[in-house]
Amino acid sequence: MESSKVIHAFYNDDEVLMDAVKSVKAAHHHIEEVFCPFPVHGLDKAMGLAPTKLAITAFFYGITGLAFAIWMTNYMMIQDWPQDIGGKPNFSWFSNMPAFVPIMFELTVFFAAHLMVITFYMRSRIWPFKEAENPDPRTTDDHFLMEIPVHNNEAEIKALLATTGAVEINVVEK
Amino acid sequence: MYQFSGKLKKVSIAFIIIGVIGITIGFLNAPSTIEEAKEIIANQAAHGAHDTTHEEVQKETHHNEVKGTSHLHDENHDTKEGHYNAKQEAHASAAAHGKNHKNEHAAHVFHQLQNKPWSALYVSLFFFLGISLLVLAFYAIQRVAQAGWSVVLFRVMEAITANLVPTSIIMVFVVFAAVMHWNHMFPWMGEGIFDPTSPNYDPIIAGKSWWMNVPGWAIRSIAYLAIWNAYRWFIRKNSIKEDTANDGGKTYKLNYNVSVGFLFLFMISESMMSWDWIMGLDPHWFSTLFGWYVLASLLVSALTVIAFVTIFLRSKGALPAVNDSHIHDLAKFMFGFSVFWTYLWFSQFMLIWYADIPEETTYFVARFNEYKLPFLAMVVMNFVFPILLLLNSDFKSVPWFVLLGGVVILAGHYIDVFIMVMPATVGAQWSFGISEISSLLFFLGIFIYATFSAFAKANPIPKANPFLEESKHFHYYNIEHRGEGSSDHH
Repeated sequence: MESSKVIHAFYNDDEVLMDAVKSVKAAHHHIEEVFCPFPVHGLDKAMGLAPTKLAITAFFYGITGLAFAIWMTNYMMIQDWPQDIGGKPNFSWFSNMPAFVPIMFELTVFFAAHLMVITFYMRSRIWPFKEAENPDPRTTDDHFLMEIPVHNNEAEIKALLATTGAVEINVVEK
Repeated sequence: MYQFSGKLKKVSIAFIIIGVIGITIGFLNAPSTIEEAKEIIANQAAHGAHDTTHEEVQKETHHNEVKGTSHLHDENHDTKEGHYNAKQEAHASAAAHGKNHKNEHAAHVFHQLQNKPWSALYVSLFFFLGISLLVLAFYAIQRVAQAGWSVVLFRVMEAITANLVPTSIIMVFVVFAAVMHWNHMFPWMGEGIFDPTSPNYDPIIAGKSWWMNVPGWAIRSIAYLAIWNAYRWFIRKNSIKEDTANDGGKTYKLNYNVSVGFLFLFMISESMMSWDWIMGLDPHWFSTLFGWYVLASLLVSALTVIAFVTIFLRSKGALPAVNDSHIHDLAKFMFGFSVFWTYLWFSQFMLIWYADIPEETTYFVARFNEYKLPFLAMVVMNFVFPILLLLNSDFKSVPWFVLLGGVVILAGHYIDVFIMVMPATVGAQWSFGISEISSLLFFLGIFIYATFSAFAKANPIPKANPFLEESKHFHYYNIEHRGEGSSDHH
């Protein structure tokens, strides 16, 4: 099976990697994945990845948390078991609102943070105790790995990668 | 080098002249006798609204004071004896107030109307003086932190701090006027407040006389201004010297050390300034985080002003080294300190609301009853609007978005200062009229003149600063600089 063949190109510097990614993209080859020991700023743009939509989800998760906090404080403190808050027994949510602001703030942050992490896990298809899909343990230490699928152009890609400063080029059956 | 254009100079001078005329009209329109004040009250009664709200507040205040009496009496019988008597007296005078209400009310309104042009001048003065001061402090922080990104903005910040000199001179005049009793904005400076035999004796304020006394207040006021202006004079001179010093960073290190010293003095003098110049307007009331609160308000305004002047100068081509990332960072600060301001504003409000101690709540009662619209509008303008507008990262580097957010932030924080000062000095007699607008224009004119003439006097970039290259190449990873291809930065 030709399509399951991939080329692994190794780099030992993020600057060199960035330039390599740019020249591979310039030659119109698809980059399947880049494995890095640390986040490289600008790499997503160089690879042509679409910007993350996580920030937008975070905004809506925050709104959800805020709405939940309003509902919860109203149910607990006003409806279910009416409380005399700060010596002001008015039993209306709005008149007691200053007391609920810290709760509203905390639940906004709580929802945004936790749901954002869960969303990230689901989108990345990772979960606790999942076995790592790392092609080479060196990418967790000091090497960067670029994975390019091969479509009958193995020699061409290898020649290109050789000019980009790769320290090692392997062809792997996936 | 940037040229302070004749057109801008004319605009600033026009603002100053219009301002002076308006301020003068405001002073001439203030009543000089109690009869004139009564006439104004009669006119207001025809309109209705102001008068009634004012009396409601009066009642509420007295009611609270009586409540406070019994409360303190129960809990601190011995130690607060003096305090208790004071409250009794206030209560007694409240009763007298009822009998002789019409005349006392007229005298009260007369004093408020006399304070009005002074307060209008004072609000704008404090706003512009505070902004210049906080720009200076922010600049000192950049030096002490040895921040890389902001170096190309140093001369912009230095230029804005030039406004500290004229505003300080006017502040000295206002301080002098208060000491000479030309204005009566500070009630604790009144006749007989500290004199137990006087009918005006106020034991609460008398208990604070170790701090709140006229000589101490005047000396401190002059000292704050002297410290700030001394640092400004020094750092401006030595910053320009840095450009040509070529002494292996000796001048740079000296500037660093002096900035550290200034920041130490600034944090102390800023808090004390906010007690003396703002909190002293309501001498019975106090709040322990007031200094921080004033700081937050002025700091977010200062950053907005830096962003405005930077965007303006960049659009004139005077700052070629400033890129979208610098604007983005300034907008981030505007966003962040808007949240910080809200945090402090709410912290102060919530504790007082929750505890519900009458001595503390009077501050918010006066503001909520008589200033409801600006009080609530301020929270929207200073929090909700900047949050929603500047939350998105992409918007923070778009100049007109920053301008839109900034105009609302500046207006909101002007209202904030307005609400700090006016309820104490003019009470229900507030309005936003000739005096207020003219004072704003007057100080805006001075600001424009001082800032841009100072910017034209020095190299627009501190060309020997060791972090200059870093600042020129500053690029926040997440944004695209307009007018640049992707090849300009990796």
